[in-house]
Amino acid sequence: MSHIIDRRKNDKGKSTGNRQKFLKRVESQIKKAIPDIISQESIKDSSTGGSVKVPVRGLDEPTFHHDPKTGKKQSVRPGNDKFSEGDRVPKPKGGGGGGGRGKGSNSPEVTEDEFTVVLSREEFLKYFFDDLALPNMVKKLMDSTDNFEMRRAGYTRDSVPSRLNIKTSYQQSLGRRLALKGVLDKKLALLEEQLSLATDPQLKSTLTEEVEKVRRQASTLPFFEDIDLRYNNFERVPIPVTSAVMFCIMDVSASMGQHEKDVAKRFFTLLYIFLTRQYKNVELVFIRHHTEAKEVSEEEFFNSRESGGTVVAPSLKLMEQIMRTRYDENWNVYCCQASDGDVWSKQDATECKQLLLENILPAIQYMAYLEISNSPRESDLWQAYNRISDDDSFSIRQVYEPFEIWPVFQGLFRKRSVA
Amino acid sequence: MTDKEKYRAMFCDPNWDYETLQAADEVISRIGQEYLKLKIYPNQIEVVTSEQMLDAYALTGLPTSYPHWKFGKDFVLNQSNYSKGRMGLSYELVINSNPCISYNMENNSTCMMLLVIAHACQGHNAFFANNYMFLDWTSADSIVDYMAFAREYVLRCEEEHGEEEVEKVLDAAHALMNYGVDKYRKPSKLSALEENERLKKLTLIRHENYNELWRTLPKSTAELETGALDEGRFPKEPEDNILYFIEKYAPALPAWKRELVRIVRKVSQYFYPQGATKVMNEGFATFVHYHIINKMFEEGYLNDGFMLEFIKSHSGVLYQPEYSSKFYSGLNPYTLGFNIFMDIKRICQEPTEEDKAWFPDLIGKDWLDQVLYVMENFRDDSFILQYLSPKVIRDMKLFTIIDNEGEAEFEIGAIHNERGYRRVREQLAAQYDRSSHIPNIQVTRVDRHQTSKLYLTHYMQRDRKLETKSARQTMAHLRYLWGFPVELHSKNKLGINESSFEIK
Repeated sequence: MSHIIDRRKNDKGKSTGNRQKFLKRVESQIKKAIPDIISQESIKDSSTGGSVKVPVRGLDEPTFHHDPKTGKKQSVRPGNDKFSEGDRVPKPKGGGGGGGRGKGSNSPEVTEDEFTVVLSREEFLKYFFDDLALPNMVKKLMDSTDNFEMRRAGYTRDSVPSRLNIKTSYQQSLGRRLALKGVLDKKLALLEEQLSLATDPQLKSTLTEEVEKVRRQASTLPFFEDIDLRYNNFERVPIPVTSAVMFCIMDVSASMGQHEKDVAKRFFTLLYIFLTRQYKNVELVFIRHHTEAKEVSEEEFFNSRESGGTVVAPSLKLMEQIMRTRYDENWNVYCCQASDGDVWSKQDATECKQLLLENILPAIQYMAYLEISNSPRESDLWQAYNRISDDDSFSIRQVYEPFEIWPVFQGLFRKRSVA
Repeated sequence: MTDKEKYRAMFCDPNWDYETLQAADEVISRIGQEYLKLKIYPNQIEVVTSEQMLDAYALTGLPTSYPHWKFGKDFVLNQSNYSKGRMGLSYELVINSNPCISYNMENNSTCMMLLVIAHACQGHNAFFANNYMFLDWTSADSIVDYMAFAREYVLRCEEEHGEEEVEKVLDAAHALMNYGVDKYRKPSKLSALEENERLKKLTLIRHENYNELWRTLPKSTAELETGALDEGRFPKEPEDNILYFIEKYAPALPAWKRELVRIVRKVSQYFYPQGATKVMNEGFATFVHYHIINKMFEEGYLNDGFMLEFIKSHSGVLYQPEYSSKFYSGLNPYTLGFNIFMDIKRICQEPTEEDKAWFPDLIGKDWLDQVLYVMENFRDDSFILQYLSPKVIRDMKLFTIIDNEGEAEFEIGAIHNERGYRRVREQLAAQYDRSSHIPNIQVTRVDRHQTSKLYLTHYMQRDRKLETKSARQTMAHLRYLWGFPVELHSKNKLGINESSFEIK
């Protein structure tokens, strides 16, 4: 007799383990390909859903097999339409002889020795951030216990009267009374039986007394006793900070060309992806500046172009203002500044330094400054920042080509052991 | 009769449910048994989704298997081909086990479900249960059990010795998987329980007999002499089951690695008949579904619409592109096998003069008896050599191409004419012989005096050499398992070395 089983509801992840093993085997190749993927894909692609294709090679499983080019081979083909015995046909050029190996209808033909692995967004990010983590982040997550929420957590026997839970207390009392009454009833039944059998008057009177006593006990069971009382219990549960805001500050003065913007954009993207991985909710604030600072949309931030000189300090002031007004201490604040290093005057640079040191850095998690320039000369801003950067909460780097971003990124966010 | 009408209504509705499958299985089983006299294992029909089918593909059809990246790679590959539409999934997948497990795709129409149940649950099932190759070389009763054991064992090894080391052993054993088959000795039956018992006993014996003192004893002179005699030539006969040889004689392989090699060898053994009966198996299953569905139509279970869909699918299965077509990728085993089986039936029923000369034994016999006899007692090469008739050669317009190394042209060797039938037939049979695509490599000598070096000989056929890069990598795997230097010589038919591979 046949059994018919509907397996559709069963797990479908039977191959997951083996797939992981396979990915592990090609891990080094995937990691090598990731910088390429970042530089090729547009920023929006890499921060939204979807999948990533990674070409992989060198996974052939060797066996002993014949070299198709050698020897005397003969094969049978179907559909002869023109040949007679002894006919000679020129071999196709460059083809490896026979070709057309017999293949079962079930097996897909694989001719390339390279194929693409499709990584899910999750997997891609795992590789992407494998050995990276923001400094202080773990610390902040642990520190964030300064936010608590009171949550119901069962009942307790000891608390203030206002938290008394009447229903549960009553249940307790009911149980207690039933239990005690049961015992007394049994005792009573036993005594009454003895009483009815007793003949000796002395014994009879003691038994009657006894019965009376038990009856009284049974009728005077207290309705509530202290042990019945149950109070609602509350627990202080730390709420992890799950929101982060990222400020992107960019110089859009005339000196920033398309190339510089492009590099900056990639840098912002990397941080953004990283934050979306770490926090449930990441908000972006874009501030651009030339001589004055302005908060803009992402579109405008990257695409419109302004001209004029550069003053940096107003943008930092704007950032601080936004931070204070819109984001309370429940937000993790990150800041990314990209510039070509040009400032109007030394004084501006000094003002920036002061702003950072006194107002901004103490309030935020991390700040990164990226100087996009290929000149060996240290800019004024760089010099100013260099004095206060400690790589722990404020890092600065100089890059010029897009391919330099990845190593810089790694350097900026290298995983630190949680001390 | 109302039953039949109810069934008819069910079968002709393109949407199926559990009752439809049950009814289909009932009718099809009855026809299989009464009309085609099939003896089968009980069926376990499982309805699966495409993802589950991909899982089953990756494990080469087994319901469970030991963990290895190779299966993950196949899965990733199939999945990406499938999602790109480059590859379709088959309608069913059937496992040589008792009960016979078959996976049916959920998105099959009712017609496809019936076809698949007839094809797999009767055709393939009967083939597994009766063909001598499967009976002798596999143990359908215990394969699922055994694979569960293998999985457990490999997982345990991973825990004890680390995934990497296990992977190394399995990779190496996989490279030699084609050389893990006892082609002449019939293997003993498998059972997970016995396998576990065997392992326990082995360790127990080792524990009991272990005594540090024994190692200090000098060997007796008699032993030395016989030992010396033995070492004159080892192994005495060349051994073509390389994995077996490693499991048995590798000098320094730890016991657990031997066990892993054994598992791979057993799996290889299990799949050996599948490779050797592809044409027959598919041909017979197609023959069976064709007869069962037609019989159901005759008996009034099916309507014309159903039959149109059936004929379309059936001819799709039998599509054989011609050699010059861009869709050509070798002979379709379904077509070839089905044509030969149908022709056996025709020869039994309406022989021509030609048939009388070619197949005197078939004339006047009962066609079903003959078909079942063939199904039970042959494998692809012998099947073709015996039963490929001139008519099938003509119908399929078969011809042979000779491709000699060093010549600029192909030569047409034989075509579908009087002079060519036999040669086409022999050639096609040879093509399905395992030795034509798997190089004949055997263990010929082990140097037991000094180096423990393992010598292999490749007996070249038709001057075909080994592919160098792959051979070298495979030798490296062999070196890993053997633990000592390995060397391989390719000898041509005069016994002269053509090429050598050595890994120290």
